[in-house]
Amino acid sequence: MSIRGKAFIAGVYEHPLREIPDRSSSQIQAECAAGALADAGLSFADVDGYFTDSKYGIGGVSMTDYLGLKLTHIDSTDTGGSSYVVHVGHAAEAIACGKCTVALITMAGRPRTAALRADPTTEPVPDSVFEGLWGLSGPATAYALAATRHMYQYGTTSAQLAEVKVAASLHAQYNPNAFLRQPVTVEEVLESPMVSTPLHRLDCCVVTDGGGAVVVVSPEVARSLDRTSVKVLGHGETIKHADAGRIDVTYTGAVISGPRAFEEAGIGPADIKYASIYDSFTITVIESLEDLGFCEKGKGGEFVLDGALVAPHGRLPFNTDGGGLCNNHPSNRGGMTKIIEAVRQLRGEANKEVQVPNCDLALAHGTGGSIATRMGSSTLILGQENA
Amino acid sequence: MRNQLPNPVPYQSPDNREFWTATAESRLLLRRCDDCSAFIWYPRPFCPICGSLRTSWAQASGLGSVYTFTVVHRSTVPGYRDAVPYVVAYVELDEGPRVLTNIIGVAPEDVRIGMPVSVEFTDTGEGSALYRFTPR
Repeated sequence: MSIRGKAFIAGVYEHPLREIPDRSSSQIQAECAAGALADAGLSFADVDGYFTDSKYGIGGVSMTDYLGLKLTHIDSTDTGGSSYVVHVGHAAEAIACGKCTVALITMAGRPRTAALRADPTTEPVPDSVFEGLWGLSGPATAYALAATRHMYQYGTTSAQLAEVKVAASLHAQYNPNAFLRQPVTVEEVLESPMVSTPLHRLDCCVVTDGGGAVVVVSPEVARSLDRTSVKVLGHGETIKHADAGRIDVTYTGAVISGPRAFEEAGIGPADIKYASIYDSFTITVIESLEDLGFCEKGKGGEFVLDGALVAPHGRLPFNTDGGGLCNNHPSNRGGMTKIIEAVRQLRGEANKEVQVPNCDLALAHGTGGSIATRMGSSTLILGQENA
Repeated sequence: MRNQLPNPVPYQSPDNREFWTATAESRLLLRRCDDCSAFIWYPRPFCPICGSLRTSWAQASGLGSVYTFTVVHRSTVPGYRDAVPYVVAYVELDEGPRVLTNIIGVAPEDVRIGMPVSVEFTDTGEGSALYRFTPR
């Protein structure tokens, strides 16, 4: 039993705005849903499966009501920023099992202009009791703990981390919607203000409002549409956690999700022409590249040198939209935009300066939560329609 | 060096009340599995290593070493915002678990991975104390 070739991504939509003070997150999700369905050539009435996170209301119940969907399948798995990569995998499974034929995936959030209100009536999750006392200032502090240890153990340097940001910025200059479009140098990254050693401001992703949506359909529906679709070839997912105090911050859940996805797709890292790699921070990319098998463990810092990540001709062109580091990180969750840019590359619709030639196989990898405590990892292998 | 960090009051639940009461007496407890003897962090009345529901409190030595750390220069956390730069770290206790904490009593730029540390308690004034670590 496999999902290989049993579902297709028929439509995607990334909200063009990065600051949205005057619309609700629900409305942004509705706009994204409409955009992705229009891209596919489908309508809301065609949707019978819905996938979203559980940031609002009771999982997917509130948004299903808001959108007026009539469903035979619902899934509100929440693994933080990796949720939407998980959702594509789950949608493919549901379609392969006949539970639905047109699956809509949506997300949105406004961390830039409207912080989510914490619910004071619920008791804190048990881990936060022991981790919330020490001044961890957002995820930057936690990811810095991973970076410090990775440097100690493998000799990774700040200049190597900076190469990740440089590559993303070179791509973002061609994206008119990117939040940061100015190319930067390694020196500029190293000279930017220190946030939490060893991470500088430019090692961190942007904070943007926004959202996105993806439509996954059955092979029969895909064949009926005019638009070029993208084939789902493989998927892997896992939760990596603190393991009762035995945490190792030098690797991620990609050591499980990556090999599972490649095995299902029947290909290996060397076959991938383009990779969307979750880039909440530069260190996230370094560890993920290693764990996904693009290089030996500990060699991620060396791998990214010499423009390896720069499209179109680097060894592994990545995040050609500018990624979370420069383009967009809606709702503080970057998994959705990772899928969308991989679909653009496979359709040949990336910005022309960064379109990878003959891009027939792509990877989209999501990371959610924190690589220094507990996280969700999910990997998708996608191919052109006839792959 | 003076500890200028705030002392937020931890949330107490049936799972951890005894742990926090002990901190007020300058004792660091660890949950330990009665069946497989694993030390369990964070404390909970369940062993995630072997699945046992039989666990007990054990006194920790309070000794360990720095597994990893970061010097926080920009902070949005109330009370910590004005305390930058400060050190957040994982300390690996001699008993094994790696615990999130602060390193105090040393200049942030002098903290190193592997540095031997011992626990120091700072009173919250609410029947509990925070376990932080200082070089030994």
